[in-house]
Order: sequence, then structure tokens, then C-alpha cells
Amino acid sequence: MAKITLKNLSHSYLSQQTKDEDWALRNVNIDWKDGGAYALLGPSGCGKTTLLNIISGLLRPTKGEVLFNDRDMTALNPVERDIAQIFQFPVIYDTMTVYDNLAFPLKNRGLSETEIDTKVKEIGEMLELTSTLNNKASGLTADGKQKISLGRGLVRSDVNVIMFDEPLTVIDPHLKWVLRSKLKELHQKINRTMIYVTHDQIEALTFADEVVVMHEGQIVQTGTPVELFEKPKHTFVGHFIGSPGMNILPCAFENGQINFGGKILPNRVNTKKNNFKTTQIGIRPEFINFSKEGIEVKIKRVSDTGRHKVVDAECSGGKIKILANSSTKIPSGSAHITFDQNYTYAYGDNWIIE
Amino acid sequence: MNKTLNQKAWLFVIPVFVLVAFNAAIPLMTVVNYSFQETFGSNVFAWEGTRWFKEILHSERFHASLGRQVIFTFIILLIQLPLGIGIALSMPKKGWGVPVCLILMSMPLLIPWNVVGAMWNIFALPEIGFLGNSLNSIGFDYNFTQQSGDAWFTTILMDVWHWTSLVVLLSYAGLNSIQPAYYQAAEIDGASRWDIFRYIELPKMKKVLTLAILLRFMDSFMIYTEPFVLTGGGPGNATNFLSLDLVKMALGQFDLGPAAAMSLIYFLIVLLICWIFYTIMMKDEGRT
Repeated sequence: MAKITLKNLSHSYLSQQTKDEDWALRNVNIDWKDGGAYALLGPSGCGKTTLLNIISGLLRPTKGEVLFNDRDMTALNPVERDIAQIFQFPVIYDTMTVYDNLAFPLKNRGLSETEIDTKVKEIGEMLELTSTLNNKASGLTADGKQKISLGRGLVRSDVNVIMFDEPLTVIDPHLKWVLRSKLKELHQKINRTMIYVTHDQIEALTFADEVVVMHEGQIVQTGTPVELFEKPKHTFVGHFIGSPGMNILPCAFENGQINFGGKILPNRVNTKKNNFKTTQIGIRPEFINFSKEGIEVKIKRVSDTGRHKVVDAECSGGKIKILANSSTKIPSGSAHITFDQNYTYAYGDNWIIE
Repeated sequence: MNKTLNQKAWLFVIPVFVLVAFNAAIPLMTVVNYSFQETFGSNVFAWEGTRWFKEILHSERFHASLGRQVIFTFIILLIQLPLGIGIALSMPKKGWGVPVCLILMSMPLLIPWNVVGAMWNIFALPEIGFLGNSLNSIGFDYNFTQQSGDAWFTTILMDVWHWTSLVVLLSYAGLNSIQPAYYQAAEIDGASRWDIFRYIELPKMKKVLTLAILLRFMDSFMIYTEPFVLTGGGPGNATNFLSLDLVKMALGQFDLGPAAAMSLIYFLIVLLICWIFYTIMMKDEGRT
């Protein structure tokens, strides 16, 4: 068990770096508490797997340090770091039985037969694999195999951190729920630091206490699921989290006021400083209300998802999505909307202005 | 649902039937036909029943060439498989070395059999050949045309040179299809290099290796052209393998009946061994 600190991490797969795009990771700083459940969330190619492989020791970072419990681990290999990693595809040793698969990491570390036996049986019990322990691992279904990969990580009592690299990709949807709650349950039971990499916001938000959102090799925001939803610090977080994502619309900062499509919005923040290339406002579809007066919009389309209605509308500032209760009567043609002031943010060059 | 009956599809199958009939079924049946008869030329045949089969099965000549054949195939498999896997493991996985290695490896496979035989014949000649001359000049008494041990050595070396690449290319393809996650997981589990080979690489190569063994078994068991050009079966009968012997019997002595019986037995041996081997190797595959 360990607290994990990443200091000024940068990584590039190229031997020479001239521009920002040459870096797969740029200046990543993270502090993770011992025993926490964390998620790395971002689209494909954002650098999350690179970051994970650096933490596990499969990759050496170009710059920066990896610390476990304040001890520098940057130069150590995965075995010396005592970590466990579960991959996207179930990795099992085909020719071994389930039992031997689970025992393999322990055998390699020179534990005695009786110790191995106790540990394997305990983990087999926990993962409900007891009845198949003596079967050949290759005969199992995809989720059974993924449980074995998971078990090989959990079987060692000395692991500092358990890392999951999109572990549910090949699992059937109805089993995803089962395995995900199993993971959550395991986390509570064994209380080890866990890092979960995914591009699926629901997986990240349900698994983790704290989610790190990554975009183009950088961390754009770290926070609890609620913080990410209610106050995205970067337009990417607004887009990526939530369904539909946040409305990000161009606006102008004039004399410390926000001019959105000819309408001056009430302003809580200091927008006097005005040397941004792009200026935008962000408002989640959930925080837009229909009203008698306000911004005029034309309703284009209403889709009913059952629980709520998604309204596509257009105003002078651009296209806008509105989320309304399924019981709300949606006016047809043109209507007026207001933004909930507490959840309207101004963004300069994609970063929030506070 | 009403299915309309349409027999036109048979028309499309006819060319295949005709082709298979002419290149396989008819020649094979002719051989079967010969194997039960005696002929003295001028197309006169007499029924002999199973006499040729009994004779061949009890013939010392057949036992000897079958024995030589089994030993030869066994030795080349024993050399080519580990060597091929070893080369494949040490080949680069990326970069400019990959095409270079692949081209080098494919070259021997592209050379026609008789050219390989002729090349090695000249290469191994004791007086002027590079191999023969070098061996003699460093003190070995080497002469593949006179000494049977040398003839075996040269034939095996030639086959290893010609065909190990096939095992290499198949193993390399098998190795390349292994996901990097397997190696990463093994690294985290603390597996040794041998463990990685034993528990990841070898099981993942099982299918291509089965194919490699089958191909190498069949080809080497039926080897003809290369030893024919290199040694002609000699010195004496030292490298007189099954197919060389068969051709001598059929075309040299014109014993069509016994030769036909022998080729059928030969064919059944190859078929039987392949079937047994394949069945054993694929025993566990059905469940996954």
C-alpha cells in the first residue's frame, strides 16, 4: 500500500521533441492518497495508458519522478515496484489451470507451497472461482479470464497499487455491472490504492472517489464526479463529461462584461483581463430553463429519452442543447431561456476564468 | 418460407470435379489398379491379388529405405524446429532489420529444388567445392560421394539450409501475433525469460508450429529432387530414401505392380502419421 506522487512527469516516444504534439505526456503532477480509488479518464490517445505504464514501471518517463511513499521509484522495474496491473484484454497463461495462474506470481516470488495454497484459495473464494480452480484457464469465458487476471493482481499481499487499464472492454454489458461492483466491493474490503483507466465516464464516475481528466497529454482537471460535473475547469471536461455535454458557445468580453450574442449576461467573475485568443461561455443543458423573457431561441428538435427531453435549439449565439424534465411542456417555434447563474462559466482559451 | 429449387449451382462445381478427377482421382486409381496386377509390357495385365503388398511389406529393401527415411525426417525435424524457433525469437520486432531478415529468410525457399541440389553438389565437392575443400584443408577427411556419413551430413545440412526458413517465418508470424500485454503482465508477475517462452510464447505458437511440423514432415518424408541431384541415393544405398527407391523400382526396373503397391503403402504411412499428429495437437482446441 502506498501513497503515490508524480512530479513534473513528461514523456515522449520520440527521441527529439520540438513541439507540444511530440509529447505524449506534458508536465503531469499528481498526489494520490494511500488506499484511494482513482480514475484516469480521457479519450483514446490522450496519454492515460502511457501514464499508467509509467506508474507501473513498464515505461521510463523522459522527465520527472515517480514516488511511492516518498521513495523514488523512477528507475525501478515493475517487480521491484510491487504493483499489479490488469490489462484491457484478459491475460492468462493458457496451458496452466486457474489455480496455477493465480499461484504463478507467488511462485515467482519464492513463497512456500502452503502460503501459496492459502492465498490462492482465499482469492479464488473472493472472486467466486473456487469451483473452476482445477480447470484449464483457456476454457473459461471472457469475464472468467478477466477475473483470473484480476486475481493474479490481488493474490499478492504486498502490492503498492493495483492498476486497471480499461479492464471491462471485452466484457458483455450485463456482466460489466457485476464486475464493476465486484471491483468496488474489493476496494472496500482490501483497502489498497487502485487506479482505473477508462474512456467511459460512467465507469470512471462510479468507480472512483477522485477522477483525473486527461486531454492531449495534460491533466485538465482533477476532482470528484460532482465537481467535474458542476464546475468544469476546462471546456474539454465540459464536453466530455455529461450526456449531452456542456454547451460551449462563443462570446465576447467587453468592459468586464460578457456579451453573448448581443445580450449582456450577469457576470460574477473578473473578465477585465482580456488577452485571450478565444472567449467562450459554458452552460450545462441541465441548468437552462425556459422562461417568459431572456435569450430568444428557435426550437429545432425535441428528442424524448424517457427520463428527460433533449431540446436542440438555436439562438443568435449558436446552437444550444437544453435538458428538460419529461413532464415539461416544450414550447414550439420560438421561446425564451435563462441560464442558471451559479452554473454559467466564462472560459478564456478553454480554461475557466475565476 | 418457400425455397425455390434451383439446381444450377451444380454447374459451377463441375470444373472442380473435373480438375480433381484428372489430377488426383484418376492417377490414384490407376496406381491402385497397377498394384493388384502384373504386367510384362505391351499393355498385357494379369491379376495378382494382394501379392505385391505382401512382398513389399516383407521386403528388406523397403524396410531399409523406410528406416533411412524415418531417421532422416526425424533428424531434420529435430534440428529445424528448435533452430527455426530460436532464429525467430532473435529476429528484430521492428525497424529496418525486419524486412532485411524476412528477405534473407525467404531466399532459400524461393530456389527450385533441383537448383538447390546442384548448388550443394558443387559447394560440397571435395576438391573444388568451397565446403568440401575447406573441410579437407582443415584436416577432415570429407568426401560425400564416397563416404556414407559425409553423404548424410551433406544432405541434412542442405535440407536445414533450404527449409529452416519456413519454420522461422511461421514462428515469427506466431510470435508477432502475441499482444504486448502478455509480456507486460509476465514482467509484472515476475516471470523469467524461460517462463515467458514456456507459458506464453510456446502456447501461442502452437497452431503455427503444428502447421510447420506437418509441412516439414510431409516434405521431408517425400524428399526426392535434392538428394537425387546431390547424391543420387549413394554412395551405395546410403541416402536411398523412400521416394528415390520408389522411382528406381518404377522407372529403373519397370516393376509397375510392386512400385504401385509401395507407393500406396507410402501414401498411407504419410496420411496416417499426419492424422495421428494433427488429432493429438488439436485435442484441446475444440473447447476454446
